[in-house]
Parts: sequence; structure tokens; C-alpha cells
Amino acid sequence: MQMVAIGLIASAIGIAIALSIHWFPADAAKQDHPIDTLYDVLMICSVPIFVLVATVVLYSVWAFRMRPGQEDQDGPPIHGNTRLEVIWTAIPAIMLVSLCSYAYAVLHDVEKSRKNEMVVNVRGIQFAWQFTYPLGGGKQVVSNQLYLPKDRPVRFEVTTADVIHSFWVPAFRMKTDTVPGITTQIRVTPTKLGSYPVVCAELCGLGHAVMRSTAYVVTPAAFSAWLARQQAPPAAAGGGGGGGAPSGAQLAAVGKQAFTSAGCGGCHTLADAGASGTVGPNLGTMLKGQSQDEIRQSIVSPNAKITKGFPANVMPPNFAQTLSKQQLDGLVAYLSQVSK
Amino acid sequence: MTAKLRAPGWYRAGLFVLLGTAFSYVIVGIVRTAMHEHTPWHDGTAILTVGLLAVPLFFLVGLGAFDYWFYWAAGRATRPEDHSSHGAHSWKDYFRVNTDHKVIGIQYVCTSFFFLFVGGMLAMLMRAELAQPGMQFVSTQGFNGLVSVHAALLIFLFVIPVFAGLANFVLPLMIGAPDMAFPRLNALSFWLLPLAGIMMVSSFLAPGGAFATGWTAYAPLSTDAPTGQLFFTIAVQLAGASSIATALNFLVTIITMRAPGMSFFRMPLLVWANFSTSLLVVIATPFIAASQFFVLLERALGFQFFDAFVGAGKNGSVLMYQHVFWFYSHPAVYIMMLPGFGIISEVLSVKARKPIFGYRMMAFSLIAIVVLGFTVWAHHMFVSGMQSWIRIPMMITTAIIAVPTGIKIFSWLATLWRGVLHIDTPMLFALGFLITFTLGGISGVMLAMVPFDIHVSDTYFIVAHIHYVLFGGSLFTIFAGVYYWFPKMTGRMYDERLGKLHFWCTFVFFNVTFAPMHVIGIQGMPRRVADYAQQWAGMNLMISIASFLLGLSMLVFLYNMVVSWRLGPRAAANPWRALTLEWQVSSPPPIFNFDAVPTVVGGPYEYGVPGAVHGIFQSPAEAVPAGAGAGSTTHGAEH
Repeated sequence: MQMVAIGLIASAIGIAIALSIHWFPADAAKQDHPIDTLYDVLMICSVPIFVLVATVVLYSVWAFRMRPGQEDQDGPPIHGNTRLEVIWTAIPAIMLVSLCSYAYAVLHDVEKSRKNEMVVNVRGIQFAWQFTYPLGGGKQVVSNQLYLPKDRPVRFEVTTADVIHSFWVPAFRMKTDTVPGITTQIRVTPTKLGSYPVVCAELCGLGHAVMRSTAYVVTPAAFSAWLARQQAPPAAAGGGGGGGAPSGAQLAAVGKQAFTSAGCGGCHTLADAGASGTVGPNLGTMLKGQSQDEIRQSIVSPNAKITKGFPANVMPPNFAQTLSKQQLDGLVAYLSQVSK
Repeated sequence: MTAKLRAPGWYRAGLFVLLGTAFSYVIVGIVRTAMHEHTPWHDGTAILTVGLLAVPLFFLVGLGAFDYWFYWAAGRATRPEDHSSHGAHSWKDYFRVNTDHKVIGIQYVCTSFFFLFVGGMLAMLMRAELAQPGMQFVSTQGFNGLVSVHAALLIFLFVIPVFAGLANFVLPLMIGAPDMAFPRLNALSFWLLPLAGIMMVSSFLAPGGAFATGWTAYAPLSTDAPTGQLFFTIAVQLAGASSIATALNFLVTIITMRAPGMSFFRMPLLVWANFSTSLLVVIATPFIAASQFFVLLERALGFQFFDAFVGAGKNGSVLMYQHVFWFYSHPAVYIMMLPGFGIISEVLSVKARKPIFGYRMMAFSLIAIVVLGFTVWAHHMFVSGMQSWIRIPMMITTAIIAVPTGIKIFSWLATLWRGVLHIDTPMLFALGFLITFTLGGISGVMLAMVPFDIHVSDTYFIVAHIHYVLFGGSLFTIFAGVYYWFPKMTGRMYDERLGKLHFWCTFVFFNVTFAPMHVIGIQGMPRRVADYAQQWAGMNLMISIASFLLGLSMLVFLYNMVVSWRLGPRAAANPWRALTLEWQVSSPPPIFNFDAVPTVVGGPYEYGVPGAVHGIFQSPAEAVPAGAGAGSTTHGAEH
């Protein structure tokens, strides 16, 4: 009986510790609470089972260990006990089925669609995230940072440009793989202002560990302002021009934006763009003295010339297709400008 | 010299390796010439692909693994069986094609422990890199290679084959058989293994580095990866073929070669466990072979199974790879655990001096795990983007499979109850297993719950879970088994003090290494990353230090095994006073196991039953079932 008492006390302490530990990262979405609570319930069920096993093992070691003189003795020949066996089959089965039902309810809750849903398209690219906000009328805003208005339900439509990645914002708890050929979905309602890491959770190649971005949850007003800023053609600020071929400065500005939106900074370091990737060569030093044609070739057919110390076949070879002509021209202009 | 090159052995094997290389070069050149390729004789990747497939087979032919069958198939006189390939008289006999199950068992165990140490060293390198945030020792691609080779080696070259090795030695003895049913197939199964292991390790020398796509090798990452990937794709075929052949061998041996009187319900639970495991292997392993053949065909011949972007109709399906892969790789988890369950049943019953509690339920729960094991594979794919409804039945079956596992845990606890516990090294590992495996089982049930899994899938929580079941689970049972049968296998006793030291170091540092991984996983640290955020620096440093100490404690084991095998005191035939048949013969056993065919007259675990006997060494005709106590394993409380 003292064993039962020890077990009960140990379970209570274990549960208290498990519930008081702050296990999860920031709690920043409506989906978090049900999942965190599910975890707490799982802990409440798990701790007593572990304590039961541990207590019986330790008690047996203490009470039934062989003592001097017992070297040739055997224990009692107990072969089984049907009642006990039925109990320890039935109780776990009932517990598990109840937990499954509860988990199903939580799953339904976190995945259901909500009113006034906003769509953000997420694209995984080795090794960067690209977020596209459709604006209607065929217009869209592309960014490699994730901006979300607080309290507005979001549906992420997730795709990939190359291999399988996994789109995950730990503070939102939800996660889905990006699968070549299909579009996957997750739903999240951000509820707390702040910035949270965006992570690639599925091994996607040598830049997997640095495939990171940031999710900013901002007020709806700040979000609209951000969206408007992104929409404004970057060159417009420069004024003048008015049709005709864009000037060098305009082109470079387009290029700077393309550098960000295409995720170049995920792998390359470039001080001017605030990029510090280390998967590929440092563009700030590498491009010095290269002609515009050489730079263009390195973007559209990256394997043509491989920088010493870096492996081939890492940089996506399809930028000629994924970037528009203007973006590509801009990128070349921008890179040749900043590396002079 | 010519005679040496003609006789089976290492010289001929070397010659055949050269022949295999030449064959690969020529066949690729001819085919590419016929296809009007531009550089028919200079395609390194094509030659390597064919070479990786052909050279191991040439090597095996040279070594003599196929000699008997070739002679027989060609209608030539086969060499009469003089049993010269039975038994081992010097260490050199372990390096030939030997058909004695006891020699093969030791070959298996030593080879797989070699790869345990290689794989463990790769883990140390990983932990060195992860001790601090930022990149210190290896490149990111190098790190992904370490992750992948570590996992692939320890799964395919350690846990799966070491169980096959222990069972190879023990199982025929336990059922009273003179050998396995197919001794030559048994030898072939073994010799495939070192080839697979060497192939995996040598992938580090491939241009572009070792395979770096995890042991899961998900397409399309694996189909576009550098050449090192081929080494995984093909090595898995060799290891898989070895597994299948061994499992068939076990099944036929268990079904047809049991001693007179040994009904299925008089079989020791280790035999039951290997019977169940072999069923899993035979049914499931062809699926991983298929998944890797897909990858091979896509890489070598451009089949575009998985190309969703440029293939004909762009209709490649990457999810199909995952379903086929996990249809093997989930049952593989039980392939890596059920034999361990068998070992624990043997050790606990003998060391607690009590019959196993609920013997029949223990056997039935193994079969239940086999059946349910095939219905849970997609729980690895809850966030994969597959049809979302599939998650629900998979969640339920995954939770339910904990019921038979729970039955086993509780029955083991009841076996301890009121016993006379001999707490020596095998018993310590068995008790430690009960604790750590329960933790692994609990985190497994938590992972079955879809909403929680969505958050922690692909994080360090998964890393923690799998090490609790494969290290705290499988490896602890392997240590228990190795210590338990060490006297039988080597004829020597190991050093008990070093054994206990090994246990305590392993138990403590194992938990300090892997328990914190649960925490950083839930906090959001993804797995398989070479670098991580500053916030986890402290935890990772602690994990790394503990993992180095864990690595060091393995040296205690190594020292104990090597020195005791050479210099340990001679072991008695039955140092544990066990009832099962392998302990009724000398240590090590005679070359043909039993001088007289044993007859089984009772259950294997009748400890505490006065005058109980499991087997007697008389022919069935002479054997009269003994009186009181030697009865069958009657169910229900007897007192």
C-alpha cells in the first residue's frame, strides 16, 4: 500500500511539474490554445502511467532483490491472472480511444475555415520562402517576409518550386509540407502582435538549416499600409521618367526588390540588401569586376561557372523562367551596381 | 597461385572484383555505343551505377557464396558435404563463407557492432558541430551527410542485423535444431551485409559527398541529389535482400525444425518474437526495395516517377514514394523492436526466477503488433499533404497499437512481482529498458495525436522519440541479450563490474542526451539542421557533452567484450540456471548443437515449479512426460 501512496504522490508531483513547465514557443494564434491544452491533457494521462511503471520497477528491485542465501531459490510459479490481464488491456484501450476522440475534435477546431478568410500564397524555393498576396484584378504583392494582420483568419496556399519543404511558424503551431505538383493548405488566425520565426522543417538540401524567414503580425492598419507600400512600383519614388526605357536607377531598384523576393539572400551574402546567407558565394566580394553578361549568365545558368569551394547543382537553374525579363534586367543592373 | 585463384576465398574474390569492374565498364560502353551517345566510354556515373550493382555480386561469387548452387544448377558434381565449413577453429574461420549458424551469428553480431561504432562516431561528429550555433567543423552538406549515413547505418547495418545475428546463434539451439533450415542461404545473407555497410560508408568518398537526404531519401530531393545517393539506394537493396533471406530462413526453421514435443505454445518468447519479426520482414521489405528501385530508375534512366514539373504530363507523384517507403519503414520499427521484446522476456523470466506472466497473451500481443503494424504507416505523413481523412484512421490504429505493447510492459512488471531478482548486467539493461522504452512509448502515443504531431513533426521531439525507442528500447535489449548469451556464445564470462559500470553510464548519459531533445523540439527546433537559433545554445551544449560521455561509456563495453572473450574465466554450461534448451548444452555449444535430439516436455519458463523440466535429451519414444510441474503453461492463478 505504501507503494500506491508513493505512486500517487509521485504522479501528482510529476503532473504539477509537467503543467508548470513552459513547453511551447510564443502563443500567437487562435490555433495554439487547443493544441497546447491537448498537450497538457496528454501529460496528465502519461505521467501516472510512467510513474506506475517506474514505481513497480523500483519497488521490485528494492523489495524482491535476491538476498544472500537465496541464490538457489525461485519465485512463486504464477503463470498469469486473467482479471488483471483484462484490466490492463481494457483500461488503456478506453483511454486511447477517448484521447483519439478528443484529438479529433481539436483537429477539427484548428483546421476549420473561418469567416473573412484572407489568402496568402506560400512558395518554398531552395532555400527561401516567398509570400504572395493576391490583390484582385490580377495584381499581387510578393515578399520574402510574411506580414499578417492581427485577428484576421489566413489560409496559406502552399506550393514549391523544387523539392519538398515544410512551412512552419512554430508560434502558430500549424505546419504543412510543400509538395511538388500539388497545393497544400493550412489555416491560422494570428492573435498576438510580434515577429516570429518561419522555419523550413523538411530536409530540403544543403541550405535547409538556413531556410528561414520572419512572420510579422501587425495591426490591420499597419498591414494595409505595408501592402500599399509594396504595391507602389519601386521606381515611382524616383519620379521623372514617364514611360520609355527605365533608367539605370529604376532598374536597380527593381532588381533590389527582385533580389529580396526571389530569395537570393537565403543563400548569398550581400550587405546592400541586408542578406547574410552562406550557402552560396558572397556576392559583395565575388562579383567585383564582373561584366553584366557574366552576372546574367551566373543567374540563368548557375552551373556554367562554379565558384571554387562551392558545389555545383545547388542554385536553382530556372531563374530565367521564374523571374520576369524586367526583374532579371533589374537584378543584373542592381548586382553590377552594388559590386562595383 | 592459380589454385588459390580458383578455389573459393579472398584471392578469388579479389579477382572477381576486378572482373566485375571490367564488366561494368564494358557493358556500359557497349550499351552507350549502341545508343549513339557522344562519349560512350567516359560516363563515370553510369559506370558507377552498374558497378555498385555488379561488383558486390561478383565479389560474392568469388568468395564462394554461390558455388554449391552453381555446381548443382550446372549439373556438375557438387562437393559432398564434409562439414568442413561448420564451426570455427581460429579467427580466420570467421572470414570465410561458413554455414554454421553459430559462426554466422557471431559474424553478424561483430559486423553490426562494428557499424554501431562507425555510426556512433558519425553522431559524435554531428554533436560536435551542434555544440554551438553557427558552423564550426563541417559544411552544411557534410552535416546532412552525417545525419543520413548515421541513421542508415544504425538502422540497416546495426539494429536489424544484430537481432538477426543474436537469433541466428540462439534460435536453432532454443528449438532444439542442429542448424538453420538453409545454411548456405544463411551464409549468403550474412555476406551481403558488410558489402552494404562498406557501400554506405564509402559514399563519403563520392563526388559531391555522402548521401545527404536523410535515411528517408524523399523524392524528389533524392532523385536530384549528387552521386552519393546511389550508394544508399543500392546498399539498401543489399541489406534488404539479406533481411528477406534471413527472415525466410527463420520462418522455415521455426515451422519445420522444432524438436519433438515443442508445440508453438512451448516455444520460448524469443522464438515467437523472431517468428513475428520474420513475418514483418518478409511482407514489408519488398516495399522499401521498390521505393529505392524507383529512385534508381529515375536517376539512372530518367523514368520521371516523381517529377511534377517537367515529366510527361507533369504528373509525377512524390507522395507515392512516401507511402511505399513508409509501408516498409513503419513495420521496420517493429522489426527493430519485437526481437528485443523476445530478449527481455527471456532475461526477465530467468533473472526474476518466475514464469513469464501471461505467456499466451505475450505471444498473441506479438501477433497483434504484426497485424496492426501494417495499418499505421501514414502516421509519418500527417503533414505531408496527403488526403486529410487518412489521418484519422491512422491516428486510431497508431493509438491502438499501444495496447498490445502495454500488455507486454505490464506482463513484464507482473513477472518481476514477488520474484527473486538477480540484478546483474543483463537484468539491469532489461529493467532500464522497461523505464526508457515506456517513455518512448508514451511519446509515441502523443505523436499519434494529429494536432500535436502537426506541431512537432520534423522537430527534435521526433529525434528524442526515435532514440528513446531505438536506443533506450532496441539497443538496451541488445545489450541485455549480448551480456545474457555472452557465456554461451564465447564460452567465457564477462566482467560483471565493468558490465554494471557500462549500464549506469549508458543509462544516465542516454537520458541526459535525449530527454532535453523533447523540450527543444516542442520549442521549435527542427531536426536535421546544421545550425540553430541562439536560444537553444545552452541545451545543445549540454546534449553534446552528454553524448560524448555516452560515446565514451561504449568503450567500457568494447573493452569488456574483447578482454573477456580472450581472457575471461571459463563459463559453465548453464550459469543462469535457465530452462531453455540452449543452456542445456556446453558453452560454447558442440559443433552440431545436440549430441542427442532433445524432446520437449514442458513450457520454457517453469521457474518455481518443483521438478520442472523444459527439454530432456532422450528420443520421444523413451520420453515419458514427467509428472507434476512439467505440465503446460496453464493460464490463470495457480495458488
